[in-house]
Amino acid sequence: MHHPSISADLISEHGLTPDEYQKILSILGREPSLEELGVFSVMWSEHCSYKNSRPELRKFPTTGEKVLVKAGEENAGVIDVGDGWAVCFKIESHNHPSAIEPFQGAATGVGGIIRDIFTMGARPAFLLDSLRFGTIEGDSVQARTNRRLLAGVTAGISHYGNCIGVPTIGGEIYFDASYNGNPLVNVFCLGTLRHEQIARGAAKGVGNPVFYVGAETGRDGLAGAAFASRELTEESKADRPAVQVGDPFREKLLLEACLELLASGCVAGIQDMGAAGLTCSTCETASRGGTGVEIDLDLVPKRATDLTPYEILLSESQERMLVIVNEGQEAPVKKIFEKWELPYALIGRVTNDGMMRVRTGKETVVEIPARALADDAPLYSREAAPWTAPAPLDLTSLPCADVQSTLLLLLAHPSIASKHWVWRQYDYMVQNSTVVPPGSDAAVFYLREADKFLAATSDCNAIYCSLDPKEGAKAAVAEAARNLACSGANSIGLTDNLNFGNPHKPESFYQLRAAVEGISEGCRAFDIPVTGGNVSLYNESQHSSIDPTPTVAVVGLIDDRAHITTSYFKEAGDVIFLLGNLGNELGGSHYLLVSQGRKEGLPPRIDFEHEKKINTQLLTLIRSGLVRSAHDCSEGGLAVTLAESCFKKSKEAPLLGASITLGKTGLRPDVALFNETSGRIVFSTSAAKADEVEKLLRDSGAPFYRLGVVTEAPELSIEVDGIKYEWNTPTLHHTWSRALPNMMQVG
Amino acid sequence: MHCAVLQFPGSNCDNDALVALRSFQGITAKLVWHQETSLNGFDAIILPGGFSYGDYLRCGAIARFSPIMKALRQAADEGKLILGICNGFQILCEAGFLPGTLIRNRKLLFRCESVILRVEENETPFTNKCTPGQLLRLRIAHGEGCYTADEKTLKELEEYHQILFRYCDNQGELTTAANPNGSMENIAGICNRQRNIVGLMPHPERACEALLGGTDGRFVFESMLSSFAGKEN
Repeated sequence: MHHPSISADLISEHGLTPDEYQKILSILGREPSLEELGVFSVMWSEHCSYKNSRPELRKFPTTGEKVLVKAGEENAGVIDVGDGWAVCFKIESHNHPSAIEPFQGAATGVGGIIRDIFTMGARPAFLLDSLRFGTIEGDSVQARTNRRLLAGVTAGISHYGNCIGVPTIGGEIYFDASYNGNPLVNVFCLGTLRHEQIARGAAKGVGNPVFYVGAETGRDGLAGAAFASRELTEESKADRPAVQVGDPFREKLLLEACLELLASGCVAGIQDMGAAGLTCSTCETASRGGTGVEIDLDLVPKRATDLTPYEILLSESQERMLVIVNEGQEAPVKKIFEKWELPYALIGRVTNDGMMRVRTGKETVVEIPARALADDAPLYSREAAPWTAPAPLDLTSLPCADVQSTLLLLLAHPSIASKHWVWRQYDYMVQNSTVVPPGSDAAVFYLREADKFLAATSDCNAIYCSLDPKEGAKAAVAEAARNLACSGANSIGLTDNLNFGNPHKPESFYQLRAAVEGISEGCRAFDIPVTGGNVSLYNESQHSSIDPTPTVAVVGLIDDRAHITTSYFKEAGDVIFLLGNLGNELGGSHYLLVSQGRKEGLPPRIDFEHEKKINTQLLTLIRSGLVRSAHDCSEGGLAVTLAESCFKKSKEAPLLGASITLGKTGLRPDVALFNETSGRIVFSTSAAKADEVEKLLRDSGAPFYRLGVVTEAPELSIEVDGIKYEWNTPTLHHTWSRALPNMMQVG
Repeated sequence: MHCAVLQFPGSNCDNDALVALRSFQGITAKLVWHQETSLNGFDAIILPGGFSYGDYLRCGAIARFSPIMKALRQAADEGKLILGICNGFQILCEAGFLPGTLIRNRKLLFRCESVILRVEENETPFTNKCTPGQLLRLRIAHGEGCYTADEKTLKELEEYHQILFRYCDNQGELTTAANPNGSMENIAGICNRQRNIVGLMPHPERACEALLGGTDGRFVFESMLSSFAGKEN
């Protein structure tokens, strides 16, 4: 082992603090080699070790009777869905790579999360994408850059997901200046498996051979995990080599080969090479297995010449797996690799000494106790700035905008406008199981083998989170649960993607802590376990941190296909109800943003008892066959919800209208129509059942309003305190559906 | 009717085709790996959608060299029914089973959506259950589906009634707006002169179940079944 002198500069270039270096010295009992320094650097980065967030993440409720694999145990959590079937899902960010190289950054984000899922023995079933970009309107350099990022990210997701044949069936996209230069790309994948198929990422069985399979190692993605744990700067473009290049065809082969391998019973453990590549997979499998692993870098398949041991260890080349095979079963395993034409090599063995040992031929370059490396990463409790609540909105100082034109402005805002331009680039139907495609409150997917229906949604209103991180995080969970209820589903599990700024900034760290507490509170209230997730810190661009964005993706189960519900009105004559209150909160609303350009006030308060009551009532009605459409009230308030409910499902269906009377509200019209108070659902029922529904709701004690009827005339009319506002639905629809394509056509 | 669904390493609609085929009484179906060399015992062969070999070069350009292609040629010569869907259509063109080629969509973006097809010919084993001019609602999902051919080929396609489906609006009009990828003459699907080989970009296997939003794809498979039954008698 050669020991170049490890200088203070070298340590700091590796993102390690002097204290962390001291810890390394005490673990090793000697000075590290350059390779070892690199290994510690990536394994102890925030991305791999969660050193700044782990104490906070422990607050999540992670248990439940349906939880088969808990958060943090393996690559992804697993939830029982009945009859011996289970689902495995997780969300993960690829923010920094996408900022530098949007197409490959997003593509490899998709590839990475898909690998996490099939590593668990699950067949990937579908994807969701939760995306955030800076503002795209106008002709500024910034807007043009953001449009290029949106186009590139969309194309990257489309390229990878479509080719590998996993449908992208939903997600959400918001636009806000805080993401200028630092877009968020969070990708969710869900896979299905039988209980007995759950695979483990542990190096079990001393003497077992360790195989490398998949793409050859190159210089791409060198130390990407460390790169992702820094702030983005002007110089970040020089980090382009830290962005990996994806090959979805290779991954498709790897996916099929791995599932065949796992079914063969020859595999003792399996781990994908994601962040920190070969380093992380060897050390984690050894650590989980309570064993050691020894590998020889000379045997690793390579696609570049003259790779140094340091580069091989830290490369994040995509589409690679580490497979630990039961000794004596090498032959059938090799046959499967060969069938799928994948490069592979026997690169080492499982040992009994607890060491991660890396050789190049005879020379040992790394020798670190695996458990210490994986489990003894430094932990920091960062300083959280005390938080002061923003001043509540003073309505008297807020002029009432013109209601008529404001609805059009809201529908044209890219965060609210139709995202059809984006999702029609995704093959959302491959696998022939997409029952409700993107565009409704939640996507619905048919698990054919299990004969079960799943719903899935991702949500987070970051404006709320920027004003009140805890309340905003609670709102994200509440909205996700409500979206699932609107689709006819019960929530069964949640995965979170915590996107924040630099944790060394006390205000950022406070946001992280508060958001975790908010999500935890929501999960406890709805009894939804957190099954895992991802933390992305250091989301900073030139000017400031991003708005805190604790995105949640929630999965639900629909008992019966007859309960599948979509957000669109179905037929003229149907009666429209509002379940919940009229509300009055304008703080953090899109109305305020669109009409005044302000992000101010207190965001809507979340009352989980009310939320649960509303969801339960809606589900009861759905299960009694009394609901024809259901759409939750969110950005833009009641008026936007009603307008969207009039929009047709297919391009051939006629546009409907609605005639609505709010009666005497005592509210200003802008407050009545655009407030974003939580816990509200607009649903419709057939005329024949309307009285029955009204009686059931009255008996339930849930607040509700019978608002009006669906009309054949394509007009939306809303009467508030005697004043009638009218819009032509084709105009509303045109505004909503053309906004994004029009913006994207500008240079 | 015993169907082979060819499985190239990057096929991703192979299972969809299998499930759809098996929903018909009278059809049995099996996956056949691309390295097989025989299609004996099968009555019809489906080339499913996907990205046969990654298709980074040109869709279907490598698949034509697959070991199974020799057996496919033989099956074609024997008059067996061959249906290429999406990537399958691209492969059939690349391998010379069908004339013309499929290039990048006019707007260069992948498109996944519902389209309406007008049935142009019903005297084929793939459309005999349709009426001429009937509108079918199917889904497309492709980045390279712009059908392109030289003038002579287009003329011959017309002359020999080889154009089976064209993109149209809900009135059956062949408009530019209804053409999702810029295909010449709004062409969505064609057959060979012997009429036993068809390629089309839309996915009939994605429209065989009301649950998933449509059943118009069943016309194609029912036509094949009926033609096969006719031959059997």
